[in-house]
Amino acid sequence: MIQFPRKHVIENVSRRSLLKGLGLGGGLVLMARWAPAYAADPNAPYATGASAMPHGTVNDPHVFVAIDPNGLVTIIATRSEMGTGSRTSLPMVVAEELDADWSRVKVQQAPGDEVKYGNQDTDGSRSLRHFIQPMREVGAATRLMLETAAAKKWGVDVSQVQASNHEVLDKSSGRKVGYGALASDAAALPTPPRDKLTFKDASQYRYIGKGNVGIVDLFDITVGKAGYGADHRLAGQRYAVIARPAVAGGKLVSFDGTAAMKVPGVEKVVEVPGWQPPGTKFLPLGGVAVVARNTGAAIKGRAALKIVWDDGPNKDYDSDKYRAELEAATRAPGRMVRDLGDTDGALKSAAEVVTAEYYVPHLAHVSMEPPCALASVAAGKCEVWAPVQSPGGTRDDLAKLLEIPVENVTVNVTLLGGGFGRKSKCDYVLEAALLSKALGMPIQVQWTRDDDIRNDFFHAVAVERIEAGLDANKKVVAWRHRSAAPSIMSTFLGASADHQAAFEVCMGMADVPFDIANIRCETGLAVAHTRIGWFRSVYNVPHGFAVQSMVAELAHATGRDPKDMLLELIGPPRIVDPRLQFAKDMFWDYGEPFDSYPIDAGRLRHVAEMAADKAGWGRTLPKGHGLGIAAHRSFVTYVATVVEVAVDDKGEVSVPRVDTVIDCGFHVNPERITSQIEGVAVMGLSMAKYGAVTFKNGRAQQSNYNDFRVVRINDAPPVTNTYIVPHPFEVHASGVGEPGLPPFMPALCNAIFAATGKRIRSLPIGDQLKA
Amino acid sequence: MITLHVNGQEHTTDADPSLPLLWFLRDELNLTGTKFGCGEALCGSCKVHVDGEISFSCVVPLEAVAGRHVTTIEGLDPNGNHPVQKAWRAVNVPQCGYCQAGQIMQAAALLKKNPKPTDEEIRAAMSGNICRCGCYQRIENAIRVAATGV
Repeated sequence: MIQFPRKHVIENVSRRSLLKGLGLGGGLVLMARWAPAYAADPNAPYATGASAMPHGTVNDPHVFVAIDPNGLVTIIATRSEMGTGSRTSLPMVVAEELDADWSRVKVQQAPGDEVKYGNQDTDGSRSLRHFIQPMREVGAATRLMLETAAAKKWGVDVSQVQASNHEVLDKSSGRKVGYGALASDAAALPTPPRDKLTFKDASQYRYIGKGNVGIVDLFDITVGKAGYGADHRLAGQRYAVIARPAVAGGKLVSFDGTAAMKVPGVEKVVEVPGWQPPGTKFLPLGGVAVVARNTGAAIKGRAALKIVWDDGPNKDYDSDKYRAELEAATRAPGRMVRDLGDTDGALKSAAEVVTAEYYVPHLAHVSMEPPCALASVAAGKCEVWAPVQSPGGTRDDLAKLLEIPVENVTVNVTLLGGGFGRKSKCDYVLEAALLSKALGMPIQVQWTRDDDIRNDFFHAVAVERIEAGLDANKKVVAWRHRSAAPSIMSTFLGASADHQAAFEVCMGMADVPFDIANIRCETGLAVAHTRIGWFRSVYNVPHGFAVQSMVAELAHATGRDPKDMLLELIGPPRIVDPRLQFAKDMFWDYGEPFDSYPIDAGRLRHVAEMAADKAGWGRTLPKGHGLGIAAHRSFVTYVATVVEVAVDDKGEVSVPRVDTVIDCGFHVNPERITSQIEGVAVMGLSMAKYGAVTFKNGRAQQSNYNDFRVVRINDAPPVTNTYIVPHPFEVHASGVGEPGLPPFMPALCNAIFAATGKRIRSLPIGDQLKA
Repeated sequence: MITLHVNGQEHTTDADPSLPLLWFLRDELNLTGTKFGCGEALCGSCKVHVDGEISFSCVVPLEAVAGRHVTTIEGLDPNGNHPVQKAWRAVNVPQCGYCQAGQIMQAAALLKKNPKPTDEEIRAAMSGNICRCGCYQRIENAIRVAATGV
C-alpha cells in the first residue's frame, strides 16, 4: 500500500483586481490551501478498492485494443454508459497513452464478462477511480509493443524509435510507419511488464484534461441511431408488459385473461413466476404478462386483465406512520456506530444545545428510459440486450435462474437511458429471460412509467436527528447524530437487516470530518416494508442534507456567517482518521484503502473557500434572494456548492445561479465533469422541490411525471458554474457521477433560510413556503 | 387498414387504429429513434412532427394520422445536419441521450415557427420535454446557437 505524504501550503492570494472587475468590492484574502505533496515517482502504482471488487481489474492490451491494417484502433469499453461519459473517458485514457489519433479510434462495448475484462459494476462513481490505472497501462503497453515491432522491422534499438500520433518514427533516419502496418507484428508480442512501461508527462497530453473530445455516441444520439435497451430487434420477437403486485411481498392468487386476449394484437397471457421481497435480491416480483405484436397492444391488453392479488405482509405500509416510527427511533438511544470523547456528558454540560430533525422521503429514480430488456433463450443458451449497470452480475443471475452454465449466457450491454442506481438491479432482465424460455421466442419486456415508479427499488426514507452542544463561548463541543432509515441490505438479507450498514452510515454521517471534541453517531431500528435500493449518492442524500443544514442552523444560533461556521467545523487542514472511533467493522471508506483515499479536511475546506469565492459570497442580492453554502465529501471526492435562491411573494422557489467546486483528484474529461455538475443541480432541485414517493395500504401513491414531478427547463437553474480543482496524476482520481448531488439540497435550503428566515427540515419543500 | 407517410415513405398497416403512433413507429416499422418515456404526453421523449406540427406520439392514435405525414428523428435531416442537430453537437448537449430525439424534434419545431426565439420563448416551448440528466442549460444554449447560426 502506498503512503500518501502531504504538506501544508499557505499562500496569499490577492483578489483585488478580480473583485474590482466583478464589481464585488475589494480586499486581500488569505487563503489557506492544503495541497498534497507530490510523490517521488508520480507513476508508481497505488492501491484502490478495485482489488476487493469481484474480478478486480485487467490491464492486458490484447483484451482491450485491436488495430486494423488500415490503422483503425478499436478500444473496448467495459463500463456501462448511462450519461456520465465513462464510455468515452476511459478509452480516451487508452488513446492518450497510445498516442492515437482520436478521429481514428472506434469504441466497442464489451458484453458482460468480468473474468475477461475485470469488474463491470458501473456504480459507486468508480469507473475512473478503478480503471484509470489499468487503462493507462493498456495504452502505454500497446504503444511500447508498436515501438518494439517497428524497431524490429527496421533492425534498430527500441530506444531509437518513438510512437507519436498514430505512427512510429525512427528518430535517426526520420522514416515513419503507421500503427496499422505494425499492428499484426505488435499483436504477436507478449505484453510488456508494468515496470517497462513509460507514461506521458502531463505537458504532452492531447486529450486528458482538455475537454476537446465529444462523447463517442454524440452523432448517433442526434440522429436517433444510438441503441438503448428497447432498440434491438430479433426475428420473431414479441413484446410484453407485466402486471406486478402493487405491494412488495404480494403475490398472484388468480387471473382472468379472457378480455385481454380480445385486444387486437395480443397473442398470449401468461403467469410470470415471482418472489416475495425483502431478501430476494433482484429476483422478479412475478405477476401476469401480456405478450403482443407490439408494446402498445400489450399495454392495452394488460389494462383488461382481471387479477386477484394477495397483498402479503406489507399491505399496511403507510409512510406517515413509518415516519413517526423513524422519528421515535431517533429520539431514543440507538446502536452506536462511532464514538469520540464523551458526547452524552458534553451535551449535558453544554451551555446550549441546538437540536433539529430532518426528513427525506422515499424517492424514485425515474430515468427517462424505464427498465426494459430483450431476451432470447433457446437450446440451453441465453442472450440478452439490456441497459444494465451490472453486466457481470446480470450474467451470473441469469445463469443461476435458468440453471445453465454462465458461459452459455451473453449479456449485450446497450446504452442506458439513465441509470441512477435503478439499473444495478436486473429484475427486468430476468423477467424477459423467464418469458422467453417459457414461450420459446425472443421477448422484449417493457416497464411503463407506472411500473417504474410503483415497483421501484426505492431510495430509503430517512429521519436524521442532530443535537449540537455549544459551550459558553458558542463553540461546538458536542455532536450527536442519530439516523434511522431502512437499509439496502434488506434487499439481500430480509428483515434481519434492520439498521443501516457500514457502507450506509459512512456516507456522510459517521464519517463526518468535523473538528469537534465529542462526536457520537447512532442508528435507529428501521425495518424495510418495500424494496430499497441504491439511488444516486445513496445515503449521502439524507445524511448530507441533515449535516449541512445543521451547520447553517448553528451559524444562525450563534450569530455567525454560515460559511465561517462551516470552515470552523471542518477545522484546520489535516487528515481526519476516525477509524479507531468506530464500532467493529462499521468503518468504510467507499471500499477504498484509507491510505490511498484518506479523509482530507484540507481539501474539503479548500472547495468550500473556493466556492464561496467564486460565488461572490456576501455580495448584495435583490430582495427575496439568498445564498446558501454546503460542502460534502462523498465517493472520496470533495464538492462545495453555493446556491443563489429567489423566493417570490407567493413562496415559489427558483434558482438563478449555482456555483460548484469539485475536487475529484486527477481528472480526465472536464467537459463531462461540468455536465455532471450541471445535471446534479437539476436533480437536486427536483428532489428538493418535489421529490417524494408516499405509501398508503402498502402501495406507492405516485405513478408518473404528473405526481412524481421533476424539474423542467422553465424551472431549472439557468446558470450552473463549475470549477474543477486541478491536480496531477498522483492525487488519485476519485469519482464524479454522484458526489455533486449531496451538497445541493442543503445549500438550497440554507439559501432559502437566508432569503426568508424559514428553515426547511422536511423534504420536499412542496407548499411549505406558500403563505 | 390505415395508410400514412413516415419520413416520406408510405406505409399501410392492419394494426389496431387505436394503437399509439409511438408503438407503430418503434415496433412495427423498427424506427427506434423515437422514445417511450411516460405514455401520457408528460415527458416529450416521444415527440415527432405530424404535418410539420409537434406531436406526442405516445398518445396519438394511428387513426388520427391516417393520410398524414409523420417525421421522426430519423427523417429530420438525412445526414444529421439540421441546424438543431449541429448545434446539439457543438454544445455537447446530451448526457445519457435518451430524451434527446424528443428535445431535438421540439426545438426544430420551435425554430420553424419562431426562428429567433427569446430565452423565455425557448423555455416555454421546451417545458414539455423532461431531461432527467438535467441538460437544460445546454439545451437552451444549443437552441440559441441554432437560431443565430453560430
